[in-house]
Amino acid sequence: MINVQEEMEIVGDILTDEQKRRAVLIHAFHKIQKENNYLPEDKLVALSEELNIPLSDVYSTASFYKQFYFKPRGRNIVCVCVGTACHVRGAQDVVHQLEKDFGIKAGETASDMSVTLETVGCVGCCGLAPVLVVNEEIVGELTKAKTEGIIDSITQIQR
Amino acid sequence: MERLKNIDDLKRLRDALNIEITRPVLEVCGGSACRAGGSKKVVLAVKNEADIRGIDLEVKVTGCRGLCSKGPNVKVRPHGYFYTRVKPDMVASLLGYTIGANTPFRPLLYRDDILSEPIEKVEDIPLYKKQFRLVLRHNGRIDPKSITDYIKIGGYSALQKALSSMTPDDVLNEIDKANLRGRGGAGFPAGKKWKHTKSAKSDIKLIVANGDEGDPGAFMDRSIMEGNPHSLLEGMLLNAYAIGAQYGFIYVRHEYPLAVENLNAAISEARELGLLGKNILGIDFSFDISIREGAGAFVCGESTALIASIEGARGFPRPRPPRLSEVGGGVWGYPTNLNNIETFANVPIIIEKGADYFLSIGTESSPGTKVFALAGKVKNSCLVEVPMGITLREIVYDIGGGILGNKKFKAIQTGGPSGGCLPEGMLDTPVDFDTLTKAGSMMGSGGMIVLDEDNCMVDVAKYFLSFCQSESCGKCPPCRIGTYQMLQILERITTGKGEHGDIGRLEEIGKKVVEGSLCGLGNSAPNPVLSTIKYFRQEYEEHIYDKYCRSKTCAGLGLYVIDDEACFLCGLCKEACSFDAIKEGKDKFFIDQDYCTKCKACYTACPIEAVKIEKKTSVKVSKSH
Ligand SMILES: Cc1cc2nc3c(=O)[nH]c(=O)nc-3n(C[C@H](O)[C@H](O)[C@H](O)COP(=O)(O)O)c2cc1C
Ligand code: FES
Repeated sequence: MINVQEEMEIVGDILTDEQKRRAVLIHAFHKIQKENNYLPEDKLVALSEELNIPLSDVYSTASFYKQFYFKPRGRNIVCVCVGTACHVRGAQDVVHQLEKDFGIKAGETASDMSVTLETVGCVGCCGLAPVLVVNEEIVGELTKAKTEGIIDSITQIQR
Repeated sequence: MERLKNIDDLKRLRDALNIEITRPVLEVCGGSACRAGGSKKVVLAVKNEADIRGIDLEVKVTGCRGLCSKGPNVKVRPHGYFYTRVKPDMVASLLGYTIGANTPFRPLLYRDDILSEPIEKVEDIPLYKKQFRLVLRHNGRIDPKSITDYIKIGGYSALQKALSSMTPDDVLNEIDKANLRGRGGAGFPAGKKWKHTKSAKSDIKLIVANGDEGDPGAFMDRSIMEGNPHSLLEGMLLNAYAIGAQYGFIYVRHEYPLAVENLNAAISEARELGLLGKNILGIDFSFDISIREGAGAFVCGESTALIASIEGARGFPRPRPPRLSEVGGGVWGYPTNLNNIETFANVPIIIEKGADYFLSIGTESSPGTKVFALAGKVKNSCLVEVPMGITLREIVYDIGGGILGNKKFKAIQTGGPSGGCLPEGMLDTPVDFDTLTKAGSMMGSGGMIVLDEDNCMVDVAKYFLSFCQSESCGKCPPCRIGTYQMLQILERITTGKGEHGDIGRLEEIGKKVVEGSLCGLGNSAPNPVLSTIKYFRQEYEEHIYDKYCRSKTCAGLGLYVIDDEACFLCGLCKEACSFDAIKEGKDKFFIDQDYCTKCKACYTACPIEAVKIEKKTSVKVSKSH
């Protein structure tokens, strides 16, 4: 599943096998998550066997990082920036509006898997605050109407 | 591209690039913010239009120029005209005027506001006048994905100079002499750190560039990684040459996919040209760089935690010593030199122009420039680079253009979640490492958030503290438990349940967390709270004793009333209220205080601000417990 030698590039030359296997772990998580949208249990079990790292250790490491998810995520991912610039320009109102209209809390996925609502600290477009990211596309200068438009478009995709 | 076999090859390549015929160049900003504004579509439209009209021009997708709130930005060379908010459907006129008729297309020129005169050239825009672009000097001029673009404008000439006429110790001494202080927050002199790593007894040494940039509200390092990745690589190469390191890592935040993309492109082009890898430019010097992506943990910006993360473990910080620069302290135990991205980007400038040039900029104790991400309630949210020693006032008013909507300035927050808030009276503080720390704030990585009268200082303090609390790794109790307790108190205060003595408790716990925590996260997490108590104590007292939030940010405080004179009876407030607290009288609405939960729903629903939140004057609060 993962080519340890290749992933480590040239610096692999100075490492022991164990160090190399350990060092590719986070990279492997990213890879699994990219393919599956989250970290499925069976994939982690396989990874643990492949890298010879105890499963508990694999979970312990993955759960430390906020970017890794252990539950499937929705078909659409709406991520509201709650960084400082966005916070002082009303990001919380945007979060509340979305929570209300999607009927889920930030961090949750709708039961029909249509959408996951997340928050992030700064996507680096503070000049456009408040900002949200819909499926990796950044939408800035949010107003109530603009947010409603996004909500509509997502509920439509669903239909 | 052919591999450069020696230093002369690099010179020849640069000379060859510079005799190219010049045609008009359209520099379209491709930074994240301008992309969000649709700059990709603008690029397509330009190419399309040029094809239709048969215009021979070059379209260059560049890195961030800093004027993010007015994107997508386009600059046309050689004319120098600068356009803001360019939309695809305006491209035809833009090209017609600029290239066809050699006159500026006025509707898209920069204006301070709709009434002011348009400005044709970038240099004349007030925003850029006070800036001193050193690290960002090439941002917006080069295509970050093209190594030849970088070489053409003089890139890698510092490396060329070092490899052809300087010994590693010369390079090290030059950096030491320039007194380059780390731009990642603490301001530790880079030269000292390099010397330390060099003196460690190990054949193998590593270099790490810290691009974690976890401060929520800052994007300086991102703009370097995205807009001019080769300047980072060149800085790391010079560092490697100076201290004899063989491997380098760039640790990038996962939220920055474009930075990863551009850095990957830069690394593979540099390898292809022989500027990375074995025997660089034909001499006995080998160095290679790999990228490591983070996964959303703020604490991984801390150097020891970052190292744990590169090794593939949980990002826990550990006590020092051993220091990173010592044997046993760095990645996999090898001595490691770790610097911030901006620190590295300064290195080629110092080597190329000399330490004396660098020392002539900025202040005596903090030479050079600093990049700040100015955001919040300012007219121009932008990325600025200023000489050290400039005052906060100049940044906010001359560069930032003042407060949005002509509201009143309240405070400026510097240093991100570990920094502090400074009030209006401190606006004339010069910006450098030492004065900011003395004022109770810090330079930090360079986030600068302007707050106006609509922002509640207690809420802002709570925001930063809750950030640090949730990012606390949990390893040491003072940070894990202390920040949680402080947050509970702030939560109480902002919901109207504050008690006498809360401010004292916050200060006491805060001091203990600062002293008792293991790493920089805990050491600085209480800063926003402590500095707001210091400068805005009155607002805390108002929340606690008067149950009132003067900026009307916090729900659950104050007395909600409807202003009969302003009210035009639309009834939206009644609809919004989930508690039936709004009653309809004969020709007016009023709020039944027994039912009102102060949830702010009516306040937000009212289109004309006729719902008012007032201070309860009749309620007496006894202060003597
Ligand atoms: C919680 C925490 C987060 C940090 N985050 C960053 C960061 O995102 N980027 C950075 O360059 N330094 C960060 N630092 C500072 C680094 O630990 C380190 O001091 C710095 O990268 C050293 O580089 P410099 O000497 O070039 O400034 C952080 C420190 C702490 C305690
Ligand atoms: S704070 Fe939201 S984009 Fe920076």
